[in-house]
Amino acid sequence: MTRLLQTLLDGVAVGSLYALIALGYTMVYGILQFINFAHSDIFMVGAWAAFIVARAAGYADVGAEAPVYGALTALLGAMALCATLGFIIERFAYRPLRGAARLNVLITAIGVSLLIENLGQKDFLFGTQPQKMPQLLPDLELFTLFDVRFGLVDLTVIGVAFALMAALQWLVFQTKLGRAMRAVSHNIPVASLMGIDVDRVISFTFVLGSTLAAAAGFLFVMKYPGALKQPADSTWILLGLKCFVAAVVGGIGNLRGAVLGGLLIGCIEMFGAAYLSPHLRDVYVFALLILVLLFKPSGLLGRATVEKV
Amino acid sequence: MQPERLAALRPSWAQALPRGIAPFAAGLALAFTLQLVIVPLVGDFWARLLMDIGINITLAVSLNMVNGYTGQFSIGHAAFMAVGGYVAGAVTYYGSYLWLDALGPTGRPVVSGAFLGAGDLTFVAAALVGGLAAAAAGFVVGLPSLRLRGDYLAIVTLGFGEIFRVVVQRTDDVKFVAAEVAQAGPLDLLTSVGGALGFGGIPTYTTVFWVWSVVAVVLVVATRLKFSSEGRAFLSVRENEVAAEAMGVDTTRYKVKAFVLAAFFAGLAGALFAHESGTTLNPRELGFQKSFDVVIMVVLGGMGSISGAVLAAILLTLLPELLRSFADWRMVAYAALLIGMMLARPQGLFGLREVWELGRSRRRAP
Repeated sequence: MTRLLQTLLDGVAVGSLYALIALGYTMVYGILQFINFAHSDIFMVGAWAAFIVARAAGYADVGAEAPVYGALTALLGAMALCATLGFIIERFAYRPLRGAARLNVLITAIGVSLLIENLGQKDFLFGTQPQKMPQLLPDLELFTLFDVRFGLVDLTVIGVAFALMAALQWLVFQTKLGRAMRAVSHNIPVASLMGIDVDRVISFTFVLGSTLAAAAGFLFVMKYPGALKQPADSTWILLGLKCFVAAVVGGIGNLRGAVLGGLLIGCIEMFGAAYLSPHLRDVYVFALLILVLLFKPSGLLGRATVEKV
Repeated sequence: MQPERLAALRPSWAQALPRGIAPFAAGLALAFTLQLVIVPLVGDFWARLLMDIGINITLAVSLNMVNGYTGQFSIGHAAFMAVGGYVAGAVTYYGSYLWLDALGPTGRPVVSGAFLGAGDLTFVAAALVGGLAAAAAGFVVGLPSLRLRGDYLAIVTLGFGEIFRVVVQRTDDVKFVAAEVAQAGPLDLLTSVGGALGFGGIPTYTTVFWVWSVVAVVLVVATRLKFSSEGRAFLSVRENEVAAEAMGVDTTRYKVKAFVLAAFFAGLAGALFAHESGTTLNPRELGFQKSFDVVIMVVLGGMGSISGAVLAAILLTLLPELLRSFADWRMVAYAALLIGMMLARPQGLFGLREVWELGRSRRRAP
């Protein structure tokens, strides 16, 4: 029971991170029908930005004594930086290719991804050394259930992720801007006839997705302080891939599908690691992808109920 | 046309056979000359570079069959190369213990026999086995994902590469005690390929002759394919899948065909790479980065252009050698090149055309 609950907690924590990133993939795919390969790099930049902000503010030495707003500063700093980055990428790399063949956009996305990774390797940015994230939140134990420790960090990760997802849900389905996003995802020419500034909406979508990815990056290094690998390390791409798999599994273009897919992937990974073999975590995820592609290519929540963004 | 009249038009075996063999023979002769005449002239460093160029040409031209001809997007080509390299390397390495008895003074495998001797023949057989293993992997990966659109293929190929890397990293250390090797079963040997440490000590059978023979074969196959009715089916998938389907082209079948063929040649390239001197096969080295290198070659040369892929492969193998001092900036430059290329000239240097077609006016789609 302890093991089951512990695995479930880990699965949900990781899964909610995956869901945050998967939302970015699914929103872009819903509108432009291409895989934003650079999304995993925005996530990486978010994680590193959180680290840089924390270090610049001197929290590295303070450790658990860091003031509470330290974590908040790092989170907001990372989000602001990545939002800018997402805007720049869309404006200068993707927008000139609007209407070009999809393969060209895909190749450009890969180019952007390589560019960010390899620039990030430079010493004036993040460098080639893996770093250890300072502990911004005290390692408090909130409560124990069946011998499973519910720490502050775990619950913060899950809480922040779900708060952001709820905010996104509200934004997309309750606001005027959200309605414009949904309209653009349904049909770009018609949306522009209705007076929607399509370019602005697409820009905003990238900014939104990048912000969520930055938050995920921050939460990721909070939960796994030792996992801040060098920018071109393949773990980042692999994480991004898993999140894209999550979006596909849930039904690409569908917000709730992305959340569901993220949680599912996180749980499958953790349960597989705990009960089968911990070394084959990536294999489970891709096996699930192939199964879904074979039997229900439109994803779990399918096209019929899709509310594309 | 009537079947019997069609049969009458078809060239007889006596005519077709020499025409079929001639280009391969010419290619082999060229490779042989390269080995005998050029290699002693230019020395070891350039010979090595010549081999690297040949391997990269094989990779680029084979990937071009998937990314160029059929317009799919595979970014896991290095994984097939790795499959071929590991399988072929394991066959010759352990073969040296088991049936060649080709052990050096230190008890490690060494090259045995003269040119085309037992050792060379084992190497050729091993390379073919490696290629076939890669082709089988290509079939397994391609079949489910090719039923879907191109960008899913990109994800699955990338994912396959990662899975392969994880699996290889879990393998056991390389065995080097003869008694141990003799006792172990074939499966045991195939899973003793060094894990994360890499697979070193493979006997160095790769020569300029073998590399350029493979280049000759891949070039002939690629050219024949492109300018045949079979190849037009490939190209029709790239131009418009729905229209191709409507004209009776079994698009999934052609996509899988292209994928398997490309994987086979990538496996051969991997086998050649594994048997180069000083190579330690490493799952990390044959990962994303290598795949992207090959993709960049294909995109730069022009998707679908064989000569474009060859030129880009030569260029992108030589450039890092000439610009050693900028090694840190190589990937940054590549990435910028890729983006710039897509913005300024999305079809690549040559597009679908070959070098010898450049003068002609562009064929227009009706």
